[in-house]
Amino acid sequence: MADIVIDRVVKEFGSFRALQEVSLNVRDGEFVALLGPSGCGKTTLLRIIAGLEKQDSGRIVIGGRDVSELAPRKRGLAMVFQNYAVFPHMTVFENVAFGLRMQKVTQDEVKRKVERAAALLHIEGYLDRYPAKLSGGQRQRVAVARALAVEPAVLLMDEPLSNLDALLRLEMRTELKAVLREAGTTTIYVTHDQTEAMGLADRIAVMYGGRIDQIGTPLEVYATPATRFVGGFLGSPPMNFIKVRCAQGTARIGDTALPCPAAGGEMELGLRGEDASLASNGSGIPFDVRVVEPMGSHLLLTGAIDGQLARIVAPPTATVTAGERVGLTVDPARLTWIDGATGRAVARA
Amino acid sequence: MSSRTSWIPYALIAPSVLFLAAFFLVPLVQTVWLSFSGDEGLSLVNYQRMAGDLNFSLAIQNTFLLTLVVVPIQVALALVMATMVSKLEKGRDIALWILTIPLGISDLAAGLAWLSLLQNTGYLNSALYALGIIPGPVGWLSQETPWSLFAAIAMAEIWRATAIVLVILIAGLQLIPKEFSEAAEIFGAQPWTRFRRITLPLLKPSLQSALILRTVLAFEVFAVVYALGGRNFPVLAGEAYTWQNENQNYGVAAAYAVLIMAISLAATALYLRVLRTRPEQLP
Amino acid sequence: MTATTSEVQPATAARSMTLPSARRLLLWTGMAVLFAWVLVPIYFVALGAFGGRLGVFRWPKSIWPSDVSFAPMMQFLAIEGVFNALLNSLIAAGLTVVFSILLGAPAGYALARYAFRGQNAYRLLVLLTRAFPLAILALPLTVSFIRLGLYDTPFGVSLIHTVLALPFAALVTQSLFMGIPREYEEAAWVFGCTRFQAFWKVVMPLALPGLAATAIFAFVISWNEVFAASILTVRERTLTAYLLKILAESPLHYRFAGGFILILPSVLFIFAVRKYLFAVWGIASK
Repeated sequence: MADIVIDRVVKEFGSFRALQEVSLNVRDGEFVALLGPSGCGKTTLLRIIAGLEKQDSGRIVIGGRDVSELAPRKRGLAMVFQNYAVFPHMTVFENVAFGLRMQKVTQDEVKRKVERAAALLHIEGYLDRYPAKLSGGQRQRVAVARALAVEPAVLLMDEPLSNLDALLRLEMRTELKAVLREAGTTTIYVTHDQTEAMGLADRIAVMYGGRIDQIGTPLEVYATPATRFVGGFLGSPPMNFIKVRCAQGTARIGDTALPCPAAGGEMELGLRGEDASLASNGSGIPFDVRVVEPMGSHLLLTGAIDGQLARIVAPPTATVTAGERVGLTVDPARLTWIDGATGRAVARA
Repeated sequence: MSSRTSWIPYALIAPSVLFLAAFFLVPLVQTVWLSFSGDEGLSLVNYQRMAGDLNFSLAIQNTFLLTLVVVPIQVALALVMATMVSKLEKGRDIALWILTIPLGISDLAAGLAWLSLLQNTGYLNSALYALGIIPGPVGWLSQETPWSLFAAIAMAEIWRATAIVLVILIAGLQLIPKEFSEAAEIFGAQPWTRFRRITLPLLKPSLQSALILRTVLAFEVFAVVYALGGRNFPVLAGEAYTWQNENQNYGVAAAYAVLIMAISLAATALYLRVLRTRPEQLP
Repeated sequence: MTATTSEVQPATAARSMTLPSARRLLLWTGMAVLFAWVLVPIYFVALGAFGGRLGVFRWPKSIWPSDVSFAPMMQFLAIEGVFNALLNSLIAAGLTVVFSILLGAPAGYALARYAFRGQNAYRLLVLLTRAFPLAILALPLTVSFIRLGLYDTPFGVSLIHTVLALPFAALVTQSLFMGIPREYEEAAWVFGCTRFQAFWKVVMPLALPGLAATAIFAFVISWNEVFAASILTVRERTLTAYLLKILAESPLHYRFAGGFILILPSVLFIFAVRKYLFAVWGIASK
């Protein structure tokens, strides 16, 4: 068990700045997800923590020990790779035992620990098989068992579920959460899948363009995004951004006046699709519906507010037809205000 | 990692670089130097002796003729083989294995194998005799029958080295996605058109390397020639061997070596130019 | 088939039945011709090798093995120098395998795993060897080999043969190592291995079959090489050099016996590595 301090880490590939002074503290036993689109630097950061890449400047401190200059094997961590990296020429048992063998643990100890990790991941049945005979999901379990068997201070996971099909991914996600909660290992988990990050993590660090845009609990980053990017990246449908003009602390859309945190100027109004409700009498913010998609649990309405694209979630029983103009009511407390110039959220008035 | 471990790749390639420098680059320079050195410093005396030799023009002529006949036939035959093999539904592996057996056979052994067929009391004459075409053993491989000797050498070379072209072409064919040809088929292209317009252009890089490899080796040819015709059919590499080993004249041998190298490089350059593929045209 | 085209309905049905099988017949006839083309000379040289003096001069010859026995082959092997030449060939080929793998595989690994300055220059050096008739470079080495005591030794021959096999080994092992995901090594590092341990425990076992194939090709390259071996040896000849030397004066059946012994291991080796043939050559010819 250990905490991780990532201190102003910079990484450049040629002239490309993959990480620009990234700092992050992960508490002992905490599960942090690094979430972002491809190319945002999340995998690079993870590989720097693991020691597979060398940072250009900055420090990595694990459990109070500066590991910045240490080889991966000396950092006391374990990792689950995107393609599992389960060794094809070793049995499942030998794979799970690999880290223990390198630590020169006694034979009995190896057996005991492998069996415990295998039981945790439900792979006791095929310990003597070779990975080629396993399905993707089973290999995934082997990779996780191998990582947990060494009882690492820190567990790093690089998109571990991205190669599984959708159903299996959901199943593994649930199971992973249970297993890791029981193990209580400090975990950093890289993913581009927001539902994985939301479902698994204690805190999510949303990365974009080589920096961390926001770090917070899943609910925090979802409800109060710190930047335009975070709002747009999280949620399905993503947050709507409506350009409005503020004057004397209010912004007007149609007949609706909303309290605006800035005294005046251009702002963007961030509105989650499910935070707007259809007004019964057609009053409120006018919304021109262009497409209605029944999703089962809800209706997804795509249309325009004030001539700008917006997606709104409506109850499945709502009667809305394409081409119709409906009115929306919003709770001002659930709105996000973005400074149009900086893309950063502005504190609510 | 890069800054900490940047010396590793250099340490890994260093032994092979040193080795190639010692046994490839140094002899290369030595050969050129040797060929230009006479009794008193730099001179063309070795080249003059080479060009003045009776066998020289014959060796040039024979080597070129052999290359010009053998290499195109090998490529064509390999293409036919590859196409036929690709049509097979079963037995493809065994067919490929049989067709590639000559890959492991040296030119000397190939010459000897064909000698068993073509010698005076060999199987060809026996067959011709059985058919009543010839009355008794006939010599095919002597100085008096230069054309049949040439044909025999060409045959043995084609027999031996078509396999390597076949392997390179099949390796290349495996890289061409089937969809291209299938798409052409859907648009109504006939098999021959598909081959000419789709397969052949995409195969160009493989053809290029096969041609370079084969041509360079064809200018080096000599053991197959010796096995079948002795010294009756002079070729460039054979002359180099004779000057070195029998006449003990290393200078003239080096001049021959430089000539062979110059021809090989010229051929390589020609192929690289004529058959160049722009990277954006690759699938 | 032209006869059936006038009949309308049943003809099309019949044609769709017969055309593929007629084609298949044609295809297999063609394949049979090609097989014969490849195999018949080997068969005849084998007959010559085991037929002895009698067999060689029999006229007219039968294509069936008539006076075949192991005696002529034994006689050939008993000739002074033959066994020694065979041994020299094996030593030279064995050393070529060792040198080309030991020198080539690390280079292949470096090319596969690292991006480094000079990488393209190195690749050019390797590819450059292909545009040169390499065996001919043995010519100037005679003098320095005499001085160094390498002349007329299988070791000296193997050095030149390594020049032939090394570029091949480097390119093939490069692609071999590229086929082994870097993640395996990284996983080994994370789980406690040094770089060397990771290579030895994870990369090596996975690369072994491909390395074996590379080794076999290196062996065949050396085993078959005639020119350099003939230039660099006098007494300690390799089998190819020996056969070339005695070509003019030895009786035919000895030549055939020698030819057959040259062919045999190569054919067996090609069979052993047939699975790798196309991968290896596809790579090496890039």
